[in-house]
Amino acid sequence: MSGPSTYVPKLGIAKWLDARLPLPRLMHDSFVVYPVPRNLNYFWTFGGILMLMLVAQIITGVVLAMHYTPHSTMAFNSVESIMRDVEYGWLLRYMHANGASFFFIAVYLHIFRGLYYGSYKAPREVLWILGCIIFLLMMATAFMGYVLPWGQMSFWGATVITNLFSAIPLVGETIVTFLWGGYSVDNPTLTRFFSLHFLLPFMIFGVVILHVWALHVTGQNNPTGVEVKAVAKDTIPFTPYATIKDAFALVCFFAVFTYFIFYIPNYLGHADNYIQANPSVTPAHIVPEWYFLPFYAILRAVPDKLGGVLLMGAAVVILAFLPWLDTSRVRSMNYRPLARQCFWVFVVVCIMLGWLGSRPAEQPYVFLSQVFTALYFAYFLVALPLLGLFETPKKLPGSIAESVLGKLRGGSGSIVGTAATAEPNTKG
Amino acid sequence: MAEAKSMQAGEPTRRDMLFLATGALGAVGAIGLAVPFVRQLAPNAQTIAAGAPIEVDLAPIAEGQGIKLFWRGKLIFVRNRTKAEIEQAAKVNLASLPDPQADSERVKAGQEQWLVLYGSCTHLGCIPGGSAAGEVRGEFNGWFCPCHGSHYDTSGRIRKGPAPVNLPVPPYAFLSDSKIRIG
Repeated sequence: MSGPSTYVPKLGIAKWLDARLPLPRLMHDSFVVYPVPRNLNYFWTFGGILMLMLVAQIITGVVLAMHYTPHSTMAFNSVESIMRDVEYGWLLRYMHANGASFFFIAVYLHIFRGLYYGSYKAPREVLWILGCIIFLLMMATAFMGYVLPWGQMSFWGATVITNLFSAIPLVGETIVTFLWGGYSVDNPTLTRFFSLHFLLPFMIFGVVILHVWALHVTGQNNPTGVEVKAVAKDTIPFTPYATIKDAFALVCFFAVFTYFIFYIPNYLGHADNYIQANPSVTPAHIVPEWYFLPFYAILRAVPDKLGGVLLMGAAVVILAFLPWLDTSRVRSMNYRPLARQCFWVFVVVCIMLGWLGSRPAEQPYVFLSQVFTALYFAYFLVALPLLGLFETPKKLPGSIAESVLGKLRGGSGSIVGTAATAEPNTKG
Repeated sequence: MAEAKSMQAGEPTRRDMLFLATGALGAVGAIGLAVPFVRQLAPNAQTIAAGAPIEVDLAPIAEGQGIKLFWRGKLIFVRNRTKAEIEQAAKVNLASLPDPQADSERVKAGQEQWLVLYGSCTHLGCIPGGSAAGEVRGEFNGWFCPCHGSHYDTSGRIRKGPAPVNLPVPPYAFLSDSKIRIG
């Protein structure tokens, strides 16, 4: 999407470096003059927010690791020591713990944005699948990080999740023993989770670079779903327009984030995790962190162990197949009246599954989980494949410029640069 | 010259031979290198040593009571069953069970009141309640797992819920009428 490089080094040292390692050129082309569709709305700011959340988690995490002791007899106390003895330890830990939640808030909004505007469709399949891989790595990282404080929820969460693998026929028990490094979740499990929790964010960082690379090859999708036709008319440079918009959204997001850190730092956590792990007592009501609840509800909806595990895995993996499950050629649901209704039903279904995942394993919750699990998969396997065949989409605008500026001006080609600040399409 | 000729004839060259030999040796090396990286995940010698058999004195456990203890880091239930509980476990129609097993196969002959079980739910490893007084025992008066709602009967057999199999019986033997060795 970006044309030939327009970077012109001015300083002598810049010219010298450009001939040897053109890193400033790469940055200039990718984040300064890079053309972005002029109609992007605020749902497009979560990519930048996620990038910053990843960096924030890595920085707070590395610092916390300096004060944490990965041992089953000392981990819990070392976390309490971080909270009480380390200067600003409470702040660093609350930033890290709530940071995980806000990382997931941002990633879910980012994913739903992609679902609504059809960002997974050709030619962005690889971009989308890389995103799915990042999501999977995030889930693994968050799960292992939650084990580290070695509280009751840490311990029993680790027990339940590692036991998922015992559902695999024949080799399941062996795999679980190798995951644990023993006959139950214990110190060897904690130390390897700590090591991997440290490693995985850097792997995420690597996949994020591929994700951004793929994005910059195809260019961004936009609220109309119509591809950029004329760079001069349909796009604006990344800097200053997207930079300032991303920065503004980031500040708003961090205002909410810091409210949680300072005023309700334990709102998203569980009191049981302030009790040290006890292998002889399972808390009466164990639930995973909120961001796993919809998948947990799907697991519990199936009365069969292997079936539940497979269906929960399928609920995540099915996202990667979305580019081929959605048969419609129209990307944006702004122009797909029926699919748009299905999308909002799907959003409600996800929220309901999240709520059901937090309920005890009793009726009527189990039955409702089954209903909503069926609806969850119906969106991917029934609604999206069939709607593409039967739905009559609304007429698409001729170009991005036309959708923003109206047909007359958009078609006339007489747009000056300042018109780019026109109100972006915030529909949906 | 010889190589050029054999290339023209489409025959394998010395380079093809080197490629195959290098590749084969590299593959063997990669597998060899993978072994320590996988094996280190297994329980280490200390963990295995800590799994030596233990002896349990049954004398203090009154009828109707149960205790919990650890062996190999896993919880073990020992319950002294009442007459009613034994009868209840014995008279069940086996065909109606998700994992059919007679009560007599789960206890030692002549010691039917003693039930020894692994105390981790066979679903996802939570600890079912029902051993101590006052804990919920579920619909079949045995154990109830609060995590995902599995009900076990007075023989530790799964009766209802997502758990696939009965609570397993660990290897144990009676040393005397009031003492067992687990492991």
